[in-house]
Amino acid sequence: MTIASSAQLICFVVLSAVVALGALGVVLLPNIVYSAFLLGGVFLAVAGLYLLLNASFVAAAQVLVYVGAVNVLILFAIMLVNKQETMADIPGLRLRRLLSGGVCAGLFALLLRVAFTTPWALPGPVPIGEEATIRIGEHLFSDYLLPFELASVLLLMAMIGAIVLARRDVFSSDVATGEPADQGLIEKSRTPLLLEKTN
Amino acid sequence: MSIELPTTVPLQAYLALAAVLFCTGVWGLINSRNAVRVLMSIELMLNAVNINLMAFSSYLDGQLIRGQVFAIFVITVAAAEAAVGLAILLSLYRNRETVDMERFNLLRW
Repeated sequence: MTIASSAQLICFVVLSAVVALGALGVVLLPNIVYSAFLLGGVFLAVAGLYLLLNASFVAAAQVLVYVGAVNVLILFAIMLVNKQETMADIPGLRLRRLLSGGVCAGLFALLLRVAFTTPWALPGPVPIGEEATIRIGEHLFSDYLLPFELASVLLLMAMIGAIVLARRDVFSSDVATGEPADQGLIEKSRTPLLLEKTN
Repeated sequence: MSIELPTTVPLQAYLALAAVLFCTGVWGLINSRNAVRVLMSIELMLNAVNINLMAFSSYLDGQLIRGQVFAIFVITVAAAEAAVGLAILLSLYRNRETVDMERFNLLRW
């Protein structure tokens, strides 16, 4: 896909404005539901940037995985833990915000300096454009085969781990012996296990 | 003396955008009280890294596009991280009845 360069520039400006403002909204908006929907917008804009960079496959993966899976997961989590609670004030919050803002501004200046002073080897080789998907497939099944398989094992482990962490029920009988499990343990599992620290 | 505008998008523009996104994510990670927002900030930072990888892949490695393969791996790991992170958040919420980061101080001292 080749777009005229001026149209490309305009698209980049619009998409980067959406990304930057959306990210600020995600961090700063008081309502977390708005933040989650803005996060979906940021993901879509980043997918648009990938399309500008001639990477249609990664753009599609971004939309499928981030917008379709991660963002929906975050919305579900918000629905599950959505209790309106007034967070207690802690001392020195403003100072902490200012200090961390200063640290982030310093990090930003450092990153910009690196980006603008490094002599990049431009122009690089001619991009292969629409061949990219084929080339990614070749990479994944030749020289990146081991990381690819490890990624599948990692996903399986993450899935099982998430199920084990999030499940609520306790076995009523011991899995190993078949005898009834300790009733006291079951009762205790229904109440909060970790008592609030008093300090 | 006039500043001439670039006719195409330079590599540095992508790097600057990724820097903005990453620093926003770091600030949100440090300052959010809500645990879900902390996870969202981590996703923002991962996206910033992905933008960098894709920009380098397109501008400096146009033939072999190893950056795109790395971006796919980062997306995979980010999906796994989101699933496990939200599961941990759910079990924390079940135990402490709150999502306030300031009250998750069980391991602090």
